[in-house]
Amino acid sequence: MIQAQGLTKVYGAKTAVDHIDFEVRPGVVTGFLGPNGAGKSTTMRMILGLDHPTAGRVTVNGRRYRDLPAPLREVGALLEAKSVHGGRTAYNHLRCLAKANGISPRRVAETLDLVGLTEVAGKRAGGFSLGMAQRLGIAAALLGDPGVLLFDEPVNGLDPEGIRWIRQLMRSLAAEGRTVFVSSHLMAEMALTAERLLVIGKGRILADTTMSAFIAANASSHVRVRSPDLLALASLLTARGCRTAPAERGCLLVYGVSPAQIGDLAYAARLRLHELSVVQPSLEDAFMRLTADSVEFHAHARDAA
Amino acid sequence: MSRGSRRRATFAQALAAEWLKFFTVRSAFWGLLATVVVTVGLSALLALAFVVSLDQLPASRRAAFDPGAYGLAGLNFGVITLGVLGVLTMSGEYSTGSIKSTLAAVPRRGRLLAAKLVVLAVVSLITGLLVSFASFFASQAVFATRGLAATLGQPGLLRAVLGGGLYLALVALFSLGLATIVRHTAGAITAVLGLLFVLPIFGAFLPGEWGATTQKFLPSTAGAAIMNAAETSGSLAPWTGFGVFAGYTAIILAIALWAFRRRDA
Repeated sequence: MIQAQGLTKVYGAKTAVDHIDFEVRPGVVTGFLGPNGAGKSTTMRMILGLDHPTAGRVTVNGRRYRDLPAPLREVGALLEAKSVHGGRTAYNHLRCLAKANGISPRRVAETLDLVGLTEVAGKRAGGFSLGMAQRLGIAAALLGDPGVLLFDEPVNGLDPEGIRWIRQLMRSLAAEGRTVFVSSHLMAEMALTAERLLVIGKGRILADTTMSAFIAANASSHVRVRSPDLLALASLLTARGCRTAPAERGCLLVYGVSPAQIGDLAYAARLRLHELSVVQPSLEDAFMRLTADSVEFHAHARDAA
Repeated sequence: MSRGSRRRATFAQALAAEWLKFFTVRSAFWGLLATVVVTVGLSALLALAFVVSLDQLPASRRAAFDPGAYGLAGLNFGVITLGVLGVLTMSGEYSTGSIKSTLAAVPRRGRLLAAKLVVLAVVSLITGLLVSFASFFASQAVFATRGLAATLGQPGLLRAVLGGGLYLALVALFSLGLATIVRHTAGAITAVLGLLFVLPIFGAFLPGEWGATTQKFLPSTAGAAIMNAAETSGSLAPWTGFGVFAGYTAIILAIALWAFRRRDA
């Protein structure tokens, strides 16, 4: 269980995290979602005591991180993959961490095996690919068999097989009753793994809910129309007060009306339809809508298209 | 919920971890090897250079001959290698990013810094004593060819040779402190070399009485005084000088602890 109360971090003139309160509960994977610069990493670093909060506090199992009796036995964290001295072998890196918290060397071998690095255990971590470094970071997180796990962008650099593996791992860790808190900017990934969502934007919590409730509340389904008579159809729909948005060539997205209504309208005006389909809302749509005005670095619409 | 046992992590465990960390990167091995080989080799070479040119030296230089200081001159190289090793012990954590894993395992910053200090102190004291005694015996063997050799039984010499080891160990801790404050390898090494080697060069240009006094109190001039067999006019009394350098080191380490606790990692 992770709890934050009034957690705040100010860097000079910039408020990175702004009086946030939240609770991350055991037994489910909780996704931590937000645009770049929203305060995700800063929050994660404050949970681990790497950065000191300007105000407020954050606790793990009721204590500040630095007050945990044997931190690695309670919290495992994957921050940036490169949190390793490149001159040390994977095995020695884990053995040093294990020693500091009284974890047995047998457990080191076990975790290396668990993440599939046994064969390269004697190699220096500096030569590792991003994927291998990520696995080593995950091994370090699992070392103390902790009840609370933090993963910052865990799928970065992993190959498809590795991504499937970590997805499964996170779900099984949560199923064992552990607290799993994972940040990602990859929304498809998040939609697949997280049951609960914590959305952060400009240092504030924008939503703290379940994945399905979040999508239902923040995005509506719409209809995609493909037609050779698109211009006429668009003006007809706009005249009827429907909100439309251009999509790829020859397509139009229509909001707030059913496919049946659009079809009837087109038939009455003798306009041809080549496609008429309902688009289910995605996490991405919901997220974009919610954070539209809290994105740190806006690209101009023209450049982005 | 908490899995595993709730056994409290101890200082001894942090110490064991830092000990293992020190010896599981190659810079430790090469740094220590370079310290031993070059320091002892240089001491012997400098002794040889002195002996060879002895007849051409003015009487005043011959009179100033101190078998302690002259026999341990190579230790100045050890100041560089152990200084760099002291810097890398902390700056390596920042340059590689491993400070994050380290602090996740030992979040109490004072405990972590203390563990690093103890490991470095033990390693550099053993290495320092080893190279100091080896330098002494090697250079005395060279001095013996001109009948200038001294033995450890002579006044002040055992203290000078032991002091060489103590001085090198203190240099390593001084450097670790600076690295904790600066957090960048190149910057910290520059600071160490600047304070220990460049300051005395400027000091030599200062005029008058106060210039000479200032020179005596500079970190390396003060610290190296312990390697003089006899007190000289150009430096503080051996233990006084060492005490002054120990004071500087304590101040640096106090600032380092304050900054390390206060700053974000």
